[in-house]
Amino acid sequence: MTTLKAVAWEPVTAQAIIDELKSKPGALLPILHAIQDRFSYIPDEAVSLIAQALKLTRAEVHGVISFYHHFRTHQPGRHVVEVCRAEACQALGARALEAHAKASLGVDYHQTTPDRNITLEPVYCLGNCSCGPSIRVGDDIHADVDAARFDELVESLQTDRVEIL
Amino acid sequence: MTFRIHVPSDTTAKARGADRIARLIEIVAEEHKVDVEVRRNGTRGLYWLETLVEVDTDAGRYGFGPVKEGDIESLFAAEFYKGNVDHPLAVGLVEEIPYLKRQERFTFSRLGITDPLSLEDYQAKDGFKGLENAIKLSSQEIVDAVKESGLRGRGGAAFPTGIKWQTVLDVESPKNQKYIVCNADEGDSGTFADRLVMECDPFMLIEGMTIAGLAVGATQGYIYCRSEYPLSIENLNSAIQTAYDNNLLGADILGSGKHFDLEVRMGAGAYICGEETSLLESLEGKRGLVRAKPPLPAIVGLFGQPTVVNNVLSLAAVPFILDKGAKAYADVGIGRSRGTLPFQVAGNVKFGGLVELAFGPTLKELMFEFGGGTRSGRPLRAVQVGGPLGAYLHESQWDTPLGYEEFSQKEAVLGHGGVVMFDDTVDMSEQARFSMEFCVAESCGKCTPCRIGSTRGVEVIDRIRAGQNVDANLELLSDLCETMLDGSLCAMGGMTPFPVQSAVKHFPEDFVKNAASATQAKEV
Repeated sequence: MTTLKAVAWEPVTAQAIIDELKSKPGALLPILHAIQDRFSYIPDEAVSLIAQALKLTRAEVHGVISFYHHFRTHQPGRHVVEVCRAEACQALGARALEAHAKASLGVDYHQTTPDRNITLEPVYCLGNCSCGPSIRVGDDIHADVDAARFDELVESLQTDRVEIL
Repeated sequence: MTFRIHVPSDTTAKARGADRIARLIEIVAEEHKVDVEVRRNGTRGLYWLETLVEVDTDAGRYGFGPVKEGDIESLFAAEFYKGNVDHPLAVGLVEEIPYLKRQERFTFSRLGITDPLSLEDYQAKDGFKGLENAIKLSSQEIVDAVKESGLRGRGGAAFPTGIKWQTVLDVESPKNQKYIVCNADEGDSGTFADRLVMECDPFMLIEGMTIAGLAVGATQGYIYCRSEYPLSIENLNSAIQTAYDNNLLGADILGSGKHFDLEVRMGAGAYICGEETSLLESLEGKRGLVRAKPPLPAIVGLFGQPTVVNNVLSLAAVPFILDKGAKAYADVGIGRSRGTLPFQVAGNVKFGGLVELAFGPTLKELMFEFGGGTRSGRPLRAVQVGGPLGAYLHESQWDTPLGYEEFSQKEAVLGHGGVVMFDDTVDMSEQARFSMEFCVAESCGKCTPCRIGSTRGVEVIDRIRAGQNVDANLELLSDLCETMLDGSLCAMGGMTPFPVQSAVKHFPEDFVKNAASATQAKEV
């Protein structure tokens, strides 16, 4: 099970990431990805560093972050669970699955469970359209997910946490 | 002796447990003291059979599927590694399975046969022969070959690829830099053919882009791949590195002195970035706002320079054309739809997967003779072809031959070849609402009909679904759709009405049913 290796915010690391990528043509997206991959989100402090390095305003950097669904500005839970909402999964019961996901976790999309374990996100297509409904946990994609399978997966995420502790 | 076993490694196979099955086979083989070599192939694209485990024999590869973890012991008990044995999951010689045998795999000739990351495997199956031929040709000769093949943009717009390339070849670059950009932002629900190219045969895309570079004089390529495809990005990066290590990319390709560099860039979860000008903005590091056309990207594209923007499948078709010849490609198909299209049969389907066919068979043949009808076993009711911006087709339209013009005559699109099937439990007013809702979530916001129109669309459909002034609101919805069609800057707002209008036109009963109950409620 892939888990987000959340590393605490560290300006020196962030600056090193930015310096390594800033001379690429169109460097902003690669930098934002690298920052989010490292810290699991893009903190406000990073926005200033990026803006300075790329000679952009903070507003411009913020505008790019907010345009893309993938980028987030708050720390997510230990696991990000994405439920596919697109048509091919709808045809196989994705609407019931998303209702179940929200009800069983007690959160809506873009929210994190109170124990900070799971952040629930919608996603529009994971390319697993013959074997839906599909969900993504970290970088792992799961096929044929019904309510029971969803509960099993969520349970395994709880177990992961206990093992880490 | 060593028995060679193949376990698929694409996203769907993994999502159905292929990694664990591969490991388990190795573990159990050791327990049984059987000498096996487990190789990871791509996937055949016969998804109902995943995980499809294949065994090498002198007669060809025997398959077993769908294999679940609990089947491994019984497979070993039956000595499945010998191939032609009796087991409930035995499917016989894989290449004799009618679903596969009846296809015309021009682009996907290696799919599921090779190890995606093995350059040797790729070259053993005609890999880089197209590039070797292209190196001997002039730019104009390459462009002419692509023109003769009749290849049209496989992303969905179906613009002739050769003409696009000719434009970029002919135009001067102010900075002496042209680009090849591969649109790998495969956001349409029901499609996964691009993913299969990138995950299962990444060298083919590298070869196609390099040929495109030689054709138009571009030395830099970018693959813009969506972030929802982590394995595609991983495999592409690995294959690109191998290509550099073997002089298939870089400053001196195969000793020819020709130069082409290639890099993968990751999208960030924006459907609109599949629109070519939005994609270019995103590559430049900006918000993915759509640009007004003209100027065309072929003339003013990435960083203001002449740029070929082609879909993965268009570029993946190029090695075949340069290897087997333009005529071999153009010889199949119907009308102006030449060659093959890799269809993707998805949604509520019994036998879902990749079906590469020459244009021409009917939609019905694809859904029933290949797809086998619905997975639920209930009657098929509606089919969305061409992604979230494609029309829903009603039973009366299922005889339409699979061709670009044939579909547009029915006010539908083939798009990227995705076919999403729904059984009779579908509520088409809910589907129409979703189309508008999706546009709200994914509009770039630059033009008003798309940004505001979609929001109003959700509201109007909600009122219709609630049974409020249904006739008047249906008329309003119709007007709104016309405005979006005529007034939007790009296909996002301009095509969102297609699924909505088709749902209203062909499935009106789903829109008025609540009108009746609302009236009844009032009377009560």
